[in-house]
Amino acid sequence: MSEGEMARLMEEVEEKKKLIATIRNKPWRMKRRLVLLREAQQFVDKFEGALGKGKGRKWYAYKVMMTKKWIKFQRDFENFRTACIPWERKIKEVESHFGSSVASYFIFLRWMYGMNLVLFGLTFGLVVMPEVLMGLPYGSIPRKTVPRAEQDTAQDYSVLMDFNGYCKYSVLFYGYYNNQRTIGLLKFRLPLAYLMVGLGTFGYSLMLVIRTMAKNADVGGGDGDEGEFTFAWKMFTSWDYLIGNAETADNKYASITTSFKESIVDEQENQKDENIHLRRFLRVLANFLITCSLGGSGYLIYFVVKRSQEFANRDDLSWYEKNELELIMSLLGLVCPPLFETIAELEDYHPRIALKWQLGRIFALFLGNLYTFLFALFDEVNTKVLNSIGRMFEYYANFSLPVNDSDATPPPMDPGDVILGPCWETAVGIEFVKLTVSDIQVTYLTILIGDFARAVIVRFLNYCWCWDLEAGFPSYGEFDISGNVLGLVFNQGMIWMGAFYAPGLVGINVLRLLSSMYYQCWAVMATNVPHERVFKASKSNNFYMGLLLLVLFLSLLPVVYTIMSLPPSFDCGPFSGKEKMFDVIMETIDLDLPAFMGTLFSYAANPGLIIPAVLLMVLAIYYLNSTSEAYQNANMELKKKMQMARDEEKNRRNNTDSTNQVMKDLEDLLPNRSLAPPALPEPG
Amino acid sequence: MGTTASQLDKGMLSEYQELTFLTKQEILLAYKRFSELLPKEETNGLSYRIPMNAILELPELKTNPFNKRICMVFSTSDSHDGSLSFDDFLDLLSAFSDSATLEIKSHYAFRIFDFDDDGTLGRQDLEKLVNCLTGGTVDTSLTPEEMKQLIDNILEESDIDKDGTVNLSEFQHVISRSPDFVSSFKIVL
Repeated sequence: MSEGEMARLMEEVEEKKKLIATIRNKPWRMKRRLVLLREAQQFVDKFEGALGKGKGRKWYAYKVMMTKKWIKFQRDFENFRTACIPWERKIKEVESHFGSSVASYFIFLRWMYGMNLVLFGLTFGLVVMPEVLMGLPYGSIPRKTVPRAEQDTAQDYSVLMDFNGYCKYSVLFYGYYNNQRTIGLLKFRLPLAYLMVGLGTFGYSLMLVIRTMAKNADVGGGDGDEGEFTFAWKMFTSWDYLIGNAETADNKYASITTSFKESIVDEQENQKDENIHLRRFLRVLANFLITCSLGGSGYLIYFVVKRSQEFANRDDLSWYEKNELELIMSLLGLVCPPLFETIAELEDYHPRIALKWQLGRIFALFLGNLYTFLFALFDEVNTKVLNSIGRMFEYYANFSLPVNDSDATPPPMDPGDVILGPCWETAVGIEFVKLTVSDIQVTYLTILIGDFARAVIVRFLNYCWCWDLEAGFPSYGEFDISGNVLGLVFNQGMIWMGAFYAPGLVGINVLRLLSSMYYQCWAVMATNVPHERVFKASKSNNFYMGLLLLVLFLSLLPVVYTIMSLPPSFDCGPFSGKEKMFDVIMETIDLDLPAFMGTLFSYAANPGLIIPAVLLMVLAIYYLNSTSEAYQNANMELKKKMQMARDEEKNRRNNTDSTNQVMKDLEDLLPNRSLAPPALPEPG
Repeated sequence: MGTTASQLDKGMLSEYQELTFLTKQEILLAYKRFSELLPKEETNGLSYRIPMNAILELPELKTNPFNKRICMVFSTSDSHDGSLSFDDFLDLLSAFSDSATLEIKSHYAFRIFDFDDDGTLGRQDLEKLVNCLTGGTVDTSLTPEEMKQLIDNILEESDIDKDGTVNLSEFQHVISRSPDFVSSFKIVL
């Protein structure tokens, strides 16, 4: 075979291979596709062997075999991956009863669970396990021992519930970790690992969120202008094909009818002015009331945190006083959203716009609460740090404390007797853990009372009540998608903030998400009814992801601030004895890495290098922005061209029928009857 | 599961994986559900055609307002009675699966909505569509004026060449801009 023929054959083989890869994209009948597939595969098999003659034969055959194996491996891996995804059945059941919008919450929950599982694996494998396996055991050094004074009560249930006692001096919290530079036979650098895992948590979460956002943006098909195809979309895309339950289907019918009627009326009513001044006044009033309540809730939290600092000095606290802070924060998160909704009735917005306002307000509420809590907490931390500096001097004056690695000389006194300085990081960690736990408790209790008890009451009291409880006042609850999603997002924010000070927090969160999945699935199926009013905040997937991204950045700030500027406690945690936490990196560069890396890093940290790098990034952003604008303009031009082409086509339509795309499709449906006009018989 | 797997041999299984958007588990599950609908004496599941009313008993299709149209569109039977063979069933699941492309879904959606099979969506098609969506009972359907208004609005939005009907490319143009279509046009066994 000549070179030219071989090249042509190779091309044909490539074409057939491409056909095989894309055959599932063609809207043909299975039989036709099967026939084509078999044909193409036979062709490829037959000629691939023939092509293997001449130079590079072995290499070509090898390449072909590897490609085949790779494709098969990919397909098996995809199958395996889909089989591993948990809870498919559960979510499908929820989907068929409640439609895809409620199910999207559970899909989000599952995604969060996956992310937290990876974070847990990182923390557990790189920080907790090495300390447990290779570090000093409990009771060997002061930071790992319960102080003598607390030892009697250290096992009490109430003390453990507060995360004091044995809990406080365990791997759960920052204070337990020793600051030895390397531990064990493998010379594992624990402080470095601790810092890297802390920062790596954020890095991984960031990468995952952005990747998911990019994937969602792809499917969404770019921004369609909201009002462009309202009626057509309502017609063609409003039915949810996942619905498998008659009651849900009836609800869907009703809501579609309502939305049709509404939009028809909307079109006619667009000019209605009404009393615009009254409306404006009411809106301003509503916003003012809501700002007041947001301010009020922020102040309440600040006040309660200050009170809890006073409580810390007393010993005789009732259960309420001990848990006041967490209770107040969770209750605020529970009471304010319905309050906002009631106030928002004054505003009289279209429901979709009202939902956006509501979401924005709840977001502001959670954010305000979280940051007030943080500021109050850091106030406390600063006090502790100032105290501890004083104590540090007093300390060194009176005791000789072995701060660094010591496997040889035990301290002169029993570890339980050594007085420890205030360990502010553990205190912060304890606060976050308590907050998370109380948040979990409040959420579960709300579902139990607000949904389950309500359903039981409505179902059983209905027999002996004056009005129809099921149709009238309380009736069954609807699943609050936005409230639950926001709760999840903010819970994750708290985890991100607290994970640096309490490595056990991620494990607690994994357990929480796991139990939440089962509990909420059960609750939704047993006690909720499908929404009456179904409308999707259409690009809501990316909206919640964007919220998560924002919360990620906001929770990154406090942690990075502490790493960079606050001095670590001098006698607890993996960074004790250092001036700043990131000194551990400097130490590693100096001692562990070869000399030239140190000089490299010192050059890289030079402002003379960093400022041009920042400028370069700004220029890159500007360039990409202008390219994307150019693409958008090109898009517009192409659309106009398409429009003109269609007009031309319409004019030529009367002349050439058989070239019409639609006719081609029909021919496909009825392969035996050709719709083209029969050819005239040949003369002669 | 042993008997079903042996009836669907490995060669066919891998071919189906090439031809559809379904994974191996989904194809096996489809085969299992399909065999449950077969009458007892029928042993070769791959060539038998299940009649339409049996298919409509599946919970995923039972409450769908377009179930009959779906069966008619995917059926390749010569008598146009909506009966589905296993190949047709897989075609159906593939078009409605999560990984199917927008083009496939919009193509089949167009065929489903085209009640009179004339290749375009005319006024009657759109009217029937609206009636299906509103449940078909007397108290939920629209009045004739509302219906006319609605259809006028739709044609104004989507009919670019102003010939009074929506053809495939106009339909695909409208659908491709919709953010909800791909996620709602899904059926999972």
